[in-house]
Amino acid sequence: MVKKPSQHHANIPLHRNPRVRAVVFQVVAISLLLWFLSIIAGNTVSNMAERGITVGLNFMGQVAPFEIGYTPFWDYELGVSKYWEVLVVGIQNTIFVSIFGVFAATLLGFIIGILRLSPNWLVRKMASAYVETFRNIPLPLWIFFWYVAVFLPILPPPRDSFILGAGFFLNKEGLYTPKPLIENSVTASIFFILLLALVVGLFYLRRWAKKRQDATGEIFPFASTALAALLIIPVVLFYALGSPLHLEYAEMGKFIMTGGINLNFSFFVLWFALTVYTAAYIGENVRAGILAVSRGQSEAAHSLGVRHTPTLRLVVIPQAMRVIIPPTISQFLNLTKNSSLAVIVAYEDIVNVFAGVALNNTGQALPIIAITVLLYGTLSLGTSAILNWYNKRVQLTER
Amino acid sequence: MKIKFIQSAVLASALVFSGAASAGTLEDVQSRGTLICGVSGGLPGFSAPDDAGKMQGVDADVCYAVAAAVLGDSSKVQFVPLTAKERFTALASGEVDVLSRNTTHTLTRDATLGINFTYYNFIDGQGFMVKKSLGVKSAKDLDGARICVQAGTTTELNMADYFRQHGMKFTPKGYDTSPQTREGFEGGACDALTSDKSQLAAIRSELKDPSSAVILPETISKEPLGPVVRQGDDVWFNTVKWVLYAMINAEELGVSSSNIGSKSSSDDPNVKRLLGNEGEMCKGISANLSNDCFMQAVKQVGNFGESYERHVGENTPIGLKREGSVNALWSKGGVIYAPPLR
Repeated sequence: MVKKPSQHHANIPLHRNPRVRAVVFQVVAISLLLWFLSIIAGNTVSNMAERGITVGLNFMGQVAPFEIGYTPFWDYELGVSKYWEVLVVGIQNTIFVSIFGVFAATLLGFIIGILRLSPNWLVRKMASAYVETFRNIPLPLWIFFWYVAVFLPILPPPRDSFILGAGFFLNKEGLYTPKPLIENSVTASIFFILLLALVVGLFYLRRWAKKRQDATGEIFPFASTALAALLIIPVVLFYALGSPLHLEYAEMGKFIMTGGINLNFSFFVLWFALTVYTAAYIGENVRAGILAVSRGQSEAAHSLGVRHTPTLRLVVIPQAMRVIIPPTISQFLNLTKNSSLAVIVAYEDIVNVFAGVALNNTGQALPIIAITVLLYGTLSLGTSAILNWYNKRVQLTER
Repeated sequence: MKIKFIQSAVLASALVFSGAASAGTLEDVQSRGTLICGVSGGLPGFSAPDDAGKMQGVDADVCYAVAAAVLGDSSKVQFVPLTAKERFTALASGEVDVLSRNTTHTLTRDATLGINFTYYNFIDGQGFMVKKSLGVKSAKDLDGARICVQAGTTTELNMADYFRQHGMKFTPKGYDTSPQTREGFEGGACDALTSDKSQLAAIRSELKDPSSAVILPETISKEPLGPVVRQGDDVWFNTVKWVLYAMINAEELGVSSSNIGSKSSSDDPNVKRLLGNEGEMCKGISANLSNDCFMQAVKQVGNFGESYERHVGENTPIGLKREGSVNALWSKGGVIYAPPLR
């Protein structure tokens, strides 16, 4: 005979009833949390009042009384720009160095990871030495080392720039490249439309090549074709349209070069330091991922006559990606967060100009730190969301 | 730096968590038995550790004097090195009792940061230092220059004002600490370095080749530097302020650490009040102070002039001549002036 569940529950005392207990514990936990939060809030308010500090976001609309050196994506003007623009510049510079760092670290990390498993003894050991060197010394030391001991002494002052040709210069202010300026807007727009058409065309070419390969097994050398097309066609188009753009070259001013596009030195050193440091960790993830793929997979490929490199590229890496991606996401997040060390090289990221200089000049510690924390949170969650989506795509689909 | 950022975040959270209704700072310091003093920690002449690891400088002396007055023992100081960016949050959140870190008194700081400036222990002005090889003779020739500066200081703001006022452009390079700023300048990341002139002298003396840099003649700002306390604690404010005043009064009265013993029999009522032999001076500030608090400060640390000559005067590496400068006593052509101790 089966008892009805309700009868069963009626027999046990309330304090041992799992459902009642669950509800009670949750209510207690939430009350404790709310009590804690209300104490913090009350404490903060009275501490602030006692010291005569008014908290608010009014300062965001005030003119910022300081200059920012590197603002490539924002027209920051001393004496006109407001504190909210300082925040914008800080966010832009943080994202700028993080994006470049993530791409470069991924590339370098893959190379290191693969070299760590190289059959060549020397290559393998050197890759291990790389990983151990960078992993075991704190990043601030590396940044300071690259800045003070390596790049500042190597590069010449702006007056004696390295002339790299074609309007490229390299000095202690970074890399200067020519800046394209539109000469004739009609031909310039034709030029850009044709360039776009080229990219779309290449995309379709790739689809066609893949279809043909699936159908016939014939391989089309897509990568080299695309590279050649991208190198040659724009140049031909450029001159065929009668040079719709002209280039503005950097020139030496009294102290620094003016004109052209400047890839800032502080940016470069920070980017470099973050890249080589994070690549060591990503390399380890890649190595782990590759080792996680069963040997049978590459042996099967070899026995079918596939050579070493295509085996790695077409058989091992796609399977290894499933293991590589999740821990690599956290390395991307680490890189983004580590970019807050920017002040060591005087790079103007959000922590330097906003959580540092702006905080010091306004005294609005709470709102500014809260905004900065929210911002890093958003950046991290955004990165995770994108990569988790990608991760889902490459995971094994079971049918 | 990330570490600094974490510190700022911790300090900000200290604002959140620190006890709302705390006792006065004076009582806190006395029951703790040490004075926690925020300093630069890396600026020779103001606060930097000597060979024995003891903090030395005119800023450090303020801390020693306050400890002598409040605790009776000048050695009972715990120094907390702070960057320019951290200092106000550290003070406002209660991490330090006094901030004695070559800090300039301005209206905005007075009005919005929840802090109070006591008085000045050094009066400075901002200048520029350039590489000699650039051939720059005046700050007005710096149009377009890259300038190393400590981020989050009034220096940064004065520089912005100065260039705006003269219609010139510049590229700032903002670092966290004075040594980092020096490394940037020395490595050629910038053409000029700007700071208070006393600091320029100290930084120049630390360059590998001091003769490769020159300090430009212009002084572009007023920088009254002095100890700072939290707003809302008047007893503590008066204590720190009057210890500093007492050191200046001691110099005026000719009382120094070396002759203070013989002065105890002095008939001069001013000296008697300073030493706590007449009237209730220290006791007037707080019943928790012993009436010889100023005497202890002067005896253990010295008067204002002694401190100056010991750390930044002519016979030190900083080498700033006091006579005829603004840092001389008011009676000797300077602006250092303390209200009467009565």
